[in-house]
Amino acid sequence: MNTYRIISVVAYIILAPFIGGLLEGFDRKISARMQRRVGPPLLQPFYDVIKLWKKQIIVVSRAQAFALITYLALIVLTGAMFFAGTDILMCFFVMSTGATFLYFAAVAASSPYSTIGANRELIQMMTYEPAVLLACVGFYLAEGSFNVADIATSNKLDILYLPGFFVAFVFILTIKMRKSPFDTSTSHHMHQELVKGLTTEMGSRNLAVFQIAEWYENVFLMAVVGLYFINSNPYSIIAGVVAILAVYFLEILIDNTSARVKWELMLKITWIVTFFSAGVNLLVLMLIRLG
Amino acid sequence: MANIKRSPWLLHYDGSSCNGCDIEVLACLTPMYDVERFGIINTGNPKHADIFLVTGSVNAQNESVVRQIYEQMPEPKVVVAIGICANNGGIFRECYNIKGGVDTVIPVDVYVPGCAARPEAIIDGVVKGLGVLAEKRAAMDVKEAIPTNTAKEEA
Repeated sequence: MNTYRIISVVAYIILAPFIGGLLEGFDRKISARMQRRVGPPLLQPFYDVIKLWKKQIIVVSRAQAFALITYLALIVLTGAMFFAGTDILMCFFVMSTGATFLYFAAVAASSPYSTIGANRELIQMMTYEPAVLLACVGFYLAEGSFNVADIATSNKLDILYLPGFFVAFVFILTIKMRKSPFDTSTSHHMHQELVKGLTTEMGSRNLAVFQIAEWYENVFLMAVVGLYFINSNPYSIIAGVVAILAVYFLEILIDNTSARVKWELMLKITWIVTFFSAGVNLLVLMLIRLG
Repeated sequence: MANIKRSPWLLHYDGSSCNGCDIEVLACLTPMYDVERFGIINTGNPKHADIFLVTGSVNAQNESVVRQIYEQMPEPKVVVAIGICANNGGIFRECYNIKGGVDTVIPVDVYVPGCAARPEAIIDGVVKGLGVLAEKRAAMDVKEAIPTNTAKEEA
């Protein structure tokens, strides 16, 4: 069991950026096809990061590079802890700490766009955090354990117990993956009212570090999606992968068919969805436990 | 080295253009021309950009803006002047407030003529700019290499 854990952690640390980059490549390709364009090559995200790495470094603030590298390290740690099969609640706490460092990186540069992006990032954190915490609670109620290893190797199919939690989690993925309509902290496409928001002042290598951290984070989030489907049955891994691809496609579809909303609306919609899907699911699970 | 040519991010600035060339620049992003095929993204942020597209001539008011945007872009960077106004002032050349083409303020690498420049011509100009971008990147490596060599000699 221990060697298995070590292998999965090492595989995550090595492979996650490649998988994350490829997913983003597919994302851009599929988005382009949805807009009846040819789109960039599949490996375009890697070309972008390599290019950013080779560009001249303009130091806006020394604290920025430090905060960004800490962000990357914490996100890698989050995923590593998840694949080591430890406490899922702890994984999400470490992820939130990482997101706070991203906030620091953005406010370190005193640009108004960067600061607005950073403030909106905090609002986003506040928006998605209830759904994330409830997801952990849901896993505990269904499985009696917070440990990823126990959840992934149990005999139960979690999605049958936690459909509401799953809906809420997929809903907040749009925020976490910075897709419209909830891309309030960094606008993904072209020049808009906040330029590039959070990442406006991150040039060359810093932006590359940010991009790689995003890839690690996306792979971790997709693994959490897979956790809803994976159990002791080996075939469940296939179901997990199919679910991950379906969720990713859904995110691309939402991204391409919606315009950015204001943060108030984002907060309201997300909390309502979280309350009614995860909250109701929680009540049902509690009633079953009591009965 | 080929990688720098594979991911050129654009920054578009409208000097005192009549908007003709601006519309053509944006037309390049549409499904018809789809410059994202070449990995080109319109960033709108000088810190992320590799290629600076300027449309329209430079006037007394935006001279400092053009210069500042250029300075904020990290090396290697390429300037592409789009349309005859950006090249040499065009029909506005004689106006009292016009300084002339973009090259009166910052060094220009590629000139794309036309009024308005056609999307095909703009894409052609940007692709030509990629060659210059690769050359500049290679020059950066040489510059970086020289100080280390002299340091070794001194030691």
